[in-house]
This record gives sequence, structure tokens and C-alpha cells, in this order.
Amino acid sequence: MIGLNHYLIISGLLFAIGLMGVVRRKNLLMLFFSTEIMLNAANIALAAAGHFYNDLSGQMFAFFVIAIAASEVAVGLGLLILIYKKNGTLDLDDLATMKG
Amino acid sequence: MFEQIAFYFFSVATIVLFLITAFSKNVLYAMSALAAGMVMISGFFFLLGADFLGAVQLVVYVGAVMALYAFGMMFFDATKDVKEKNASTTLVVLLGGSVALLLTLIFIAPILGANIEASYPPLEGATNPQSVGLILFTKYLIPFEVAALMLLVAMIAGIILAGKKMDISLTDIEEDIAISEEEEMILDEKDGEK
Repeated sequence: MIGLNHYLIISGLLFAIGLMGVVRRKNLLMLFFSTEIMLNAANIALAAAGHFYNDLSGQMFAFFVIAIAASEVAVGLGLLILIYKKNGTLDLDDLATMKG
Repeated sequence: MFEQIAFYFFSVATIVLFLITAFSKNVLYAMSALAAGMVMISGFFFLLGADFLGAVQLVVYVGAVMALYAFGMMFFDATKDVKEKNASTTLVVLLGGSVALLLTLIFIAPILGANIEASYPPLEGATNPQSVGLILFTKYLIPFEVAALMLLVAMIAGIILAGKKMDISLTDIEEDIAISEEEEMILDEKDGEK
């Protein structure tokens, strides 16, 4: 039988994959993809906890996480386009302009 | 039985697809894998009985967010591979894994011993979307309105940020930057002569 722990383990694994992506990536667009993975992993954990404790709050929080992710993408992509117009690249290392 | 088969299928599919997203060099492959992974994630929600959440996941993530990324990618050159200077992979795996474990412990520790009781149980005899709507528009009305305001602010921010100088072609900008760098070099040489 599939219990809460199964879902929490899969959620933790997906979160770890997303975190590895965030640590590893130097391209800003790829960094955004990794944050989406992390948000989705958290959503699975919330929905699973809500289901196994017979509570709807978990699903509610998952909805708000989705709303936040949508607005994050809208603003983030606008900023990415501005950075690309300014620098011609999306590399994180090129943004380090404050070197002494 | 079928629940177990479905669970393990969705688990393997999401992990493989998200690994492709996190480690692929091609932006297009990473984005397609992410979109497919989102579809598989909605499978988990349907398994958990959260039908409405699964439908929202499909509509918002696969429909809206990935379409937004696809439109955003048209501004960037997506055909060439991304060149990244990466630190050692073992260090990344170690750091990512340990930080994820640490975060899990931080969030689980306070509630591990606590006796959790359901505050908003789903209604008897109501379908999932019905009970979701009832709870959302009674107990979570203010967060809902705040989320609506936040989406409005994000929409305006997106229009203002991305809409600026929309008449200039982005493909010309790389040449402009190259030219301005040449000019800077000439200026530097003049400074050196002085």
C-alpha cells in the first residue's frame, strides 16, 4: 500500500534534483526551470499530507504556491529579457560586474 | 494494485524527466522535459484525490507557464548548447542533497511529535471541486484576494519589463554590443597614449 512516506520520499527526491540544478546551473533560464521543479516537489508533499490527514488545507496551500509560481515566472521572464537586451547573454558569471 | 503501479510509474517518469531538465545542456530539451514532468506531477494529484488541483496544475503549469517559457525562449537563442563552467558534480550532488535533507529535518522536527488534527476536512458527499470551492471562498478568502492582487501586479510588471524597447530587434543587439566593445578598446588605447 502506498502511504504518506512514499509521497514524501518522492517529493524529497524531486526537491533534491531541483536544488542540485539551482546549485549547478550558470544559465539564468535553466536556473528558473530548476526552481519550478522545487516548487512542484513542495506541491506534491502538501497535497499528499492533506490527503492522508483528511484535510483540505494542503490543497489550498498548493493552489497559492501555483499562483506564486505563475507571477514569479511573469516577472522573472521580464527581467531575463531585460538582462539579455543589456548583456546579450544569460550567463550568471557575466553579471558579476562589481569585482574590485 | 493499480494505485501502486501508477505511483511507481509516475515516480520514475518525474524523476527521469526532471533529471533531464536539471542536467541537459540544450534549453529546448530541458523545457520539453520540464513540461512533460509537470504532466506527470498532475498524475500524482489525481492519485491523491485532488482532482481540481490536478486540473489546475495541467492548465496553469503546462498550459500557461510553459507557454510563457516557450515565448520567452523566442527572445533567446535556444538552438545552441548552453556553455557552463561547472564546479565538480560530486560537490554539487553532495551540497544539493545535504541542503535538501537539512531543510526536510528543519520542517519536520517541530511537527514530528505534535498530534495533527484536520482543521478543514472535505465535506461528506461533496466532490473534490465542490469542497475546494467552499473552503477557498470561506476560510481562505483573504489569501485568495491577495493572490489575485499579486497576479495583477505581476502582470503589470511583466508588461512594463518586457514591453520596454520592444521595437528593437534582439538579434541586432549582440552586434551592437560587439561594436561598442570595439569602441571601448579604441578609447582605452587613446587613453593609454595620453
